[in-house]
Amino acid sequence: MLANYAFIGIFFIAALIFPLIPLIAAWRLRPARPTATKLDTYECGLEVIGETRVQFRVQYYLYALAFVIFDVEMVFLYPWAVAYNQLGLYGLLAMTVFIVILVFGLAYEWKKGALEWV
Amino acid sequence: MTWLDIVILIVKCIVLTLAATTMFAYFTLFERRLLARLQNRVGPNRAGAIPLPGGQRILGGWLQPAADAVKLFFKEDVVPVMADKWVYIMAPGFAVIPALIIWVAIPLGYWPDGAGGNLLQLAEIDVAILYLLAVTSVGVYGIAIAGWASNNKYSMLGGIRATAQVISYELALGLAVLGVVMQAQSFRTDTIVDAQTTLWYIVPQFLGFVIFLVASTAEVVRAPFDLVEAEQELVGGYNTEYGSMKFALFFMSEYIKLIAMNAIAVTLFLGGWKVPGLQTLADAVTASFGANIGNAVFGLTSLGAFLLKVTVLSFVSVWVRATLPRVRYDQLMDLGWKVLLPLALINVALTAIVNVILPDNIWISGIVLFVLGLATLIGATILSRPKYTSSQVTMVKNNARS
Repeated sequence: MLANYAFIGIFFIAALIFPLIPLIAAWRLRPARPTATKLDTYECGLEVIGETRVQFRVQYYLYALAFVIFDVEMVFLYPWAVAYNQLGLYGLLAMTVFIVILVFGLAYEWKKGALEWV
Repeated sequence: MTWLDIVILIVKCIVLTLAATTMFAYFTLFERRLLARLQNRVGPNRAGAIPLPGGQRILGGWLQPAADAVKLFFKEDVVPVMADKWVYIMAPGFAVIPALIIWVAIPLGYWPDGAGGNLLQLAEIDVAILYLLAVTSVGVYGIAIAGWASNNKYSMLGGIRATAQVISYELALGLAVLGVVMQAQSFRTDTIVDAQTTLWYIVPQFLGFVIFLVASTAEVVRAPFDLVEAEQELVGGYNTEYGSMKFALFFMSEYIKLIAMNAIAVTLFLGGWKVPGLQTLADAVTASFGANIGNAVFGLTSLGAFLLKVTVLSFVSVWVRATLPRVRYDQLMDLGWKVLLPLALINVALTAIVNVILPDNIWISGIVLFVLGLATLIGATILSRPKYTSSQVTMVKNNARS
């Protein structure tokens, strides 16, 4: 059975080699006549103003933080999901408490406006 | 493991890679023709047309993907001076590899051989569902890295948008899949397919299926959720600075991922390679032509049924692209966090409660879940309709008066 994980590894190597073939072939085949204008950054034909790596909206971070919480919740739900029928009513109630706490967190976040895109 | 096994394995890897690439190539043609039809155009119909004696030309357009590939091979490729050169070159690879390795854990069919039989799946791993979820979300790294390495404001914005969008929809996607795992009580894709022999999971997990379809469309950043490459605002988004084969690789990763997502949806909700009457057909063929041909018919029919189901879902993807306008970014985030995530949690809760309380009859619990899911979906649709506040209405009226 463990050999199946090795198959993934072997296919990963195949997938690693695969994009190299067209890239190398295209590199050999295509013309290369670069000029200063061609090599410039394309921003709709205007001259580039300022840095690219500037500050961006804080909302992205809020979503990322909320994501981490709920993704961890999901990770906890998965092992429960394969066995919840054997755990019976007790398992169901325990998981309900867990989910309710997190749903409360989501509702709080929603109320606080962390999920608003302003 | 003998040498023969290793050779067979390598051949399997090559076949799977080439199959994915071919599917991508013909999916682009399928999409272009279908989009053209949906917009009352003709679409690519010239390349490779075969002239018949009567002056008619048939099969026009079947060489179009090859022509596109040749064109892209001969395009000049420039690396912008501002770009982070090696990261810029590696980014398409980061995008393609996850898109390809999704395919190892999807059972494409079943080839019986008397003793157990062969699942047409490269790696039969126990945690296939977790693997699929992990690999589909790794795909965003290619986009994020490309956006960062290009050192272009449009690319950067596209990359950031993609990251936020993919992580937001990953939650709904994962919770929708959780419903299926709860039904089948297994992480193995082949067990999940086997569990759907009597009833496909689209019935008990109807709500999950709808959530999965929406979330997977967003996960592969496709219309109407393609804000990552919204032409009107971001030129080309993360691939603005990419050309030639590097662009082709991004394009390819996007489409292979889309087809893979549809294949996952088929495996989880539409019974995978199973089709009613398959065993009867194989038995009939076995009776008249012998076991080998019977097994071959079973294998090829299951593979064909799987591909047919994937094609149906691909048709839906193109149809959605042709029908729905692109959403705004705040609408996108609201849909993910305020509609799909609560709905997915409700789906998990419904599945758990119904399966624990109701008797162990697949039909009763299935139909109860279907009705509950449909009711939830209708309720959510009514609740999340856009509301027009009275202040907006009066403003228009005042303007009209003055």
